[in-house]
Amino acid sequence: MTTPLPPGIQLEKVDDRIMTLNVGPQHPGSGHMRLIIKVDGDYIVSCDPDPGYVHRGEEKMAEYRNYVQNIPHLERPVIHDSCNILYPYCLAVEELLGIEVPERAKYIRVIASELNRCVYTLYWLAIYGIFLGHSTMFMWPAGDRELFIDLLEAMSGARVTHAYLVPGGIRNDLPANFEERCLRQVDYFEKRLKEYQAIFYKNPLLISRTEGTGILSRTDAIRLGTTGSVLRASGVDFDLRKKEPYDVYENLDFETVVRKEGDSYARSYIPYLEMFESCRIIKDAIRKMPKSGSVRTKLKPNPKGGNDEVYKRVESGRGSLGYYIVSNNRPEPYRVKISVGSFRNLICMPYLLKGELLGNMPSVYWGLNYWPVEADR
Amino acid sequence: MLKEFFNQDTAPHATNVLVGKLGEVLVKAVGKPLDYAINWGRIWSLWPVHLETACCSVEFGAASSPRYDVERFGIIEAFGSLRQCDLIVVMGTITRKMAPRLRMVYDQMPDPKYVIAMGACAITGGLYFDSYNVLPGIDGVLPVDVYVPGCPPRPETLIQGCMLLQEKIKRMKGA
Amino acid sequence: MGSETEKDEQPSETAAISEDAESVSKDETKKSHEEQGIDFSPDSSVHPKPIPEFEKSISDKIASKFGSKINVDYVRSSRIRISTKKEDILDVAFFIRDELGYDHAESVSGVDYPDSKEIEVVYHLGSYTDDKLATHVLTLATRVPREEIPNPGKDSTRMTSLREVFYSVEFHERECFEMFGVYFEGHPDNRRLLLPEDWADIPPFRKDFKIKGR
Repeated sequence: MTTPLPPGIQLEKVDDRIMTLNVGPQHPGSGHMRLIIKVDGDYIVSCDPDPGYVHRGEEKMAEYRNYVQNIPHLERPVIHDSCNILYPYCLAVEELLGIEVPERAKYIRVIASELNRCVYTLYWLAIYGIFLGHSTMFMWPAGDRELFIDLLEAMSGARVTHAYLVPGGIRNDLPANFEERCLRQVDYFEKRLKEYQAIFYKNPLLISRTEGTGILSRTDAIRLGTTGSVLRASGVDFDLRKKEPYDVYENLDFETVVRKEGDSYARSYIPYLEMFESCRIIKDAIRKMPKSGSVRTKLKPNPKGGNDEVYKRVESGRGSLGYYIVSNNRPEPYRVKISVGSFRNLICMPYLLKGELLGNMPSVYWGLNYWPVEADR
Repeated sequence: MLKEFFNQDTAPHATNVLVGKLGEVLVKAVGKPLDYAINWGRIWSLWPVHLETACCSVEFGAASSPRYDVERFGIIEAFGSLRQCDLIVVMGTITRKMAPRLRMVYDQMPDPKYVIAMGACAITGGLYFDSYNVLPGIDGVLPVDVYVPGCPPRPETLIQGCMLLQEKIKRMKGA
Repeated sequence: MGSETEKDEQPSETAAISEDAESVSKDETKKSHEEQGIDFSPDSSVHPKPIPEFEKSISDKIASKFGSKINVDYVRSSRIRISTKKEDILDVAFFIRDELGYDHAESVSGVDYPDSKEIEVVYHLGSYTDDKLATHVLTLATRVPREEIPNPGKDSTRMTSLREVFYSVEFHERECFEMFGVYFEGHPDNRRLLLPEDWADIPPFRKDFKIKGR
């Protein structure tokens, strides 16, 4: 026997099994994007990503500023990976303006960008820990990250927004005793990284929540045009530092990390292994770097780009990062397009989450190495 | 009044009146110390909504790292549910798409609630002053208590902003 | 519509003067590039480098297959740019994927040219499977007519979607649709992606959309 409802109130029909969930933009994880998820019980039926909560129109703004004024706002999409997002911009502008970069500046650029890659990956790892409820894995990388930030602060003067790479080289030379300090830090960090392995990557918590979830096959990874750690976790040996070496990467000694599983565990493991390679690159670059010399080719005031277009890309913390710049003989670029790894990997999200348990959503989402500010630009 | 109090029909109402009167007397007598006690309790439990709106969230995360360890001040513990929060730290740029959602989050929080605008973008629009999709500061959306300048602010600046907020709450009238 | 008829007439006029159709079409597009102040000639003073051989062989393959339908804008080290008409882009894209081995799109960007009343849609294509092509980016460009008063999705600013050729263009084309108003026929959802739901202005990346204070 049911009590009659008061007039004007109707219960919705309950025979519809599918429920729609809005995950975000406020959610206890990290990031400001929305996933519109349809669930049947605990299983995800479909997922529709809704980015754009931090769309700030960087590409439009770049058309109103000249090539030097563009530097600070173009690094804001990924402030904890700012050297890597400015790298292709500098390469592209240098090709447009026909500037040669001094040899020492090339090495320092590589060192700065590898240090920044560690900073990015450690932050990513810290948030991964939060996502899986592993507080220690927040504290350790967040603490070690500060040591790298100290190095970058000594180089550039700012904690996260360095604007250190500029077209023509780098902004200023290394501080005194930087090499020894950097080597000491890297040596410490390599030992420290092995402890991460014990507490996180061999942890049953991580393994049970990531192993075998969200499998992306090699064919699909290529078809969907993924990039970065997502691509390498699916068994595609593609790293722009090896395949299309820019600046001095061809002289340096490192390996590309590839795994074949294609699941969330592999995607979480690859950035960790790449930090070892970053350490190798830093040590090698410091050894091979010219000990003195110019670090910056001065630009002409208000340089003009000529009638040309250029597409340059580098390997950032989240994968291939390309700048497409069209110039029309004016100090401002005619069009700037930033092709970012996060936006390219976004297409995987509906694909991977389909048929997955709702509880596995955090690890799949964060394993894609997705940074919403960068994807929205 | 006492007669009413012992009358069976009007007794509940009269009790309420009596309790209310007693309460007024009590508040007059111990109002100021009570305010202080309530506010003192509030300043040590400033728990923020976990709403990351832009890139300043990186420095917000760094503030919880072992080096800065903001939790030793009893504030800014990363927390899940916004129904139990009393502080909203607006971390950076608010775009036109985000603004209604920000207000929605704020409206769901229980009173009393405080707002910290973190970073130049949240204060004036910052570097994105001429962007077509960015609000020039969040003052039109939320009542801001403390502004924390910087692009992004260092964790120390954020800690100082939180301590300013604590000072402010101490001097507030109790609810 | 006016711009389309104009475009159709021009080649026939020039073809009457000269007999070599291929060189004419190249001169044609070169002229249109010059009008907008864009010069892709490889021997400009900024890039005095010689044309690399491997890249030349790829562009020759496409050129021999499609002849006058396509136009090789430049061939530089590891960068090739090919422009085509929007009617032929699907055939060219299928050829690039199946015969040459480019398998994914890195980005899709629009470039607005208000002077020639056209919007250029640029696909940057790369390859993961072919090791020799790994360093290469093939730029495939096409032009769609541009309306003075845009009405996204309902006006003549439209072209065939390349989603069935390169699956990875899905989100990029959605972005291009909302930022430039280029409607992609055959795309499963030409919905809004980044802009707010209540966006009622013209697509923001067009040149006639001015940002405040500028």
